[in-house]
Amino acid sequence: MAPLIDDDPRIIEFDVRTDEMLVNMGPQHPSTHGVLRLVLRTDGEIVSEVEPHIGYLHRCAEKIGENLTARQWIPYTDRMDYLAAMNMNLGWSLAVEKLMQYQVSERARHLRVLIAEMGRIASHLVGMGAYGLDLGTFSPFLYAFREREKILDLFEEACGARLTYSYITVGGLTADLPHGWLRKCEEFLDQFEPIIQEYHALLTTNAIFVKRTAAIGVMSPELAIEYGCSGPVLRGSGVDQDMRRDGESIYTAMYEGYAFEVAVMKNGHYPRDHAYPPVPADAILGDCWHRFFVRMLEVVQSMDLVRQSIDRYAACKGPLGEPVKLTEKIPAGDAYLETECPKGQMGFYLVSDGSAIPWRVRARSSSFSNLAVTHELCRGCLIADVPAIVGSLDIVMGEIDR
Amino acid sequence: MADFLINTVGLPEWLAWTVTAFVAAALILNVIAGGALVFIWAERKIAARIQDRLGPTRTGGRFGWLQSLADGIKLLAKEDLMPEGADGMLFRLAPYISFCASFCAFIALPFAFDFVGQRLNVGVFFVVAVLGLEVFGVILAGYASASKWSLFGAMREAAQVVSYEVPLGMCVVVPVMLAGSMDLVTIGEKQAGWFTGWYLFHDPFTFVIFWVYVTCAVASVNRAPFDLAEAESELVAGFHTEYSGLRWSFFFMAEYGSMFLVSALAAVLFMGGWNGPIPVATLLGLSEGTGDTANYFVRLIGCGNLVLKATLGVLLMMWVRWTLPRLRIDQVMTTCLKYCTPIAAAMFAGAMLWQLAFPGGIVRGLSRPAGEIREGWLEGPGGLPVGRGTLMRKSAAAGSSELLAEPLADAKSEAGIDSQNVVQVVP
Repeated sequence: MAPLIDDDPRIIEFDVRTDEMLVNMGPQHPSTHGVLRLVLRTDGEIVSEVEPHIGYLHRCAEKIGENLTARQWIPYTDRMDYLAAMNMNLGWSLAVEKLMQYQVSERARHLRVLIAEMGRIASHLVGMGAYGLDLGTFSPFLYAFREREKILDLFEEACGARLTYSYITVGGLTADLPHGWLRKCEEFLDQFEPIIQEYHALLTTNAIFVKRTAAIGVMSPELAIEYGCSGPVLRGSGVDQDMRRDGESIYTAMYEGYAFEVAVMKNGHYPRDHAYPPVPADAILGDCWHRFFVRMLEVVQSMDLVRQSIDRYAACKGPLGEPVKLTEKIPAGDAYLETECPKGQMGFYLVSDGSAIPWRVRARSSSFSNLAVTHELCRGCLIADVPAIVGSLDIVMGEIDR
Repeated sequence: MADFLINTVGLPEWLAWTVTAFVAAALILNVIAGGALVFIWAERKIAARIQDRLGPTRTGGRFGWLQSLADGIKLLAKEDLMPEGADGMLFRLAPYISFCASFCAFIALPFAFDFVGQRLNVGVFFVVAVLGLEVFGVILAGYASASKWSLFGAMREAAQVVSYEVPLGMCVVVPVMLAGSMDLVTIGEKQAGWFTGWYLFHDPFTFVIFWVYVTCAVASVNRAPFDLAEAESELVAGFHTEYSGLRWSFFFMAEYGSMFLVSALAAVLFMGGWNGPIPVATLLGLSEGTGDTANYFVRLIGCGNLVLKATLGVLLMMWVRWTLPRLRIDQVMTTCLKYCTPIAAAMFAGAMLWQLAFPGGIVRGLSRPAGEIREGWLEGPGGLPVGRGTLMRKSAAAGSSELLAEPLADAKSEAGIDSQNVVQVVP
């Protein structure tokens, strides 16, 4: 090796350069929402690069799906987005029904809307509470869980499970609602509605919360579309898309006759803006605050939909209908269907060779695409912003790794 | 107590003093450590109630009041882990530095008029300076842990605490200026009487600066929303990530000790210290030399007063912690350098001008003039400030305008306090 001479510019450069540090955030980190591993390249407190590593929760769900019948795979969809298992059940059921060209009864349709929207509320409550946790406030998390607990109680009464329901299934639902369930559900909604104002006071309008989230992790609509983001992450950037309105007919038919406004900022304000806290002056469209706020608005929207579906379901006098046989043969062909899950657009793809067991099963996860954008958003932010940004994407590792 | 040992027991003087010092030290240490246990339990219960939970309910029969002790025993029994590559000596030393710094500061903290481990004529300075040493333990812990998260925590703590010392110092200087003394006992004694005499209500500037002090105090003891050094959502557990068992609990004890200390300091500096809002003792004529027992009783009540006020401060910190999100490091520094420091400086100047404009206080009879009290010192036996009864009589007898402070009187009283440095906790 050649000896270094005194005026070698490299020596000076080496002396004054502050070194970069590689830090592992996760997979055992408290704020990575499960087993996500982020490799941060930091210079002091400033993060120059974030690289998400996934795969710690991989359970070969898709491969298992190729060895089970369509209905048998329903419990595996429960374990994808375990915070919104009802919506996962629905997505897979609808995809299979699309291939089978199966039409569920009117009563089952309204019940599905009811259950799916309740699932959305539960999921957004966790998203909201966990986001507070990411920002260092513990109490809203427990307030959110307090309400979610009531939804879980309702679900438990309906289907017997509190987390992995397998309630919505191919051809309808496994059981009808028990007697008195609708009244309890309405009671819950009446009691929940004023509590949302408390969440707004604790988080949405809290000065420190706004400081921590406004203008942090700004994602332009173009970037969001480029990365295939969906759900509240996409709508938080101002893109007006919601599968419940823009999706395929088999899915939108479910919501036919329901009145709802997509929670997205249009002409400088959100729908139902009048009743909710104004957007803070510091917030930029597409930042963490907007992603959070869209979720809060969707909770209200879902409550509205639940109320509508309760009326419709109660008015339906026809039978609920039985789900398909466990070993029902699926016609040969393939089908892909995306549904609007709380975290985004969850797509299920299946290819059938005509037997009861699908030949190929694939799931397209919304959290996967939403997570991919992390390294764009976290470039040049502070370490404290990394949990704020990742938290605002509201990912669930079970869905990403499947 | 030393007198008792020398005269009655017949111990040599040096031994008597040593024994006395040990007793006083043990008393402070155990009372504060016991207090920390109570606060840890209280925090768990309060947090639980805030969050719609129950908290500990069974340990110790009811309310889980023994939970902290049970946790302490559990921590004692835990394996003492040290990460590979850690700097062993510093790693072991760090918790004790934090602990010692936090608990040492209690030496100069008066719990009542005479209830002080060691009366210092620079008490305020001592408390703030020794409390500032706590940061060394944290920095050492972060450096010695051989963990990147710990290092981040330590760096944040260093930046934060050192910055907040500046506005904190300015806030503390205002009561010192009003009292004309850095002796905590004197400062507390001057706020005797009705609660309107408290420095909190002395003038608008002191009222504002009290809240600045609260902010800075919360920041300097690392409580939410300024708990960046141990931000669990970002830095796992910050500087104490690698600590376990008893060493970890020492950090914990130090934190709770410091919380109580800054609250007690706020009580002494701004909220009348051991003087209740209504001078009950004076109204009953108890404080005026009605015998040692009565005096002792009054002091005990005063001690209760101070503990109550400090506890309120601690409860406020807990309430804030379980309500607010955490600030980011740059926002913490902004709060300090762009808000707290200028506000503290302006309020300091304001309080100074106020003293110049209204030397006798704006509402005569309610808030008593500073000069008068200074006069009062000279009357007390042995240069010690006299009890409130004497002061009240003096103020009634003499007009306030002629009683402005003289440099000579000041110097005399300072010297007098110096010679009376040692005041026992137990008479």
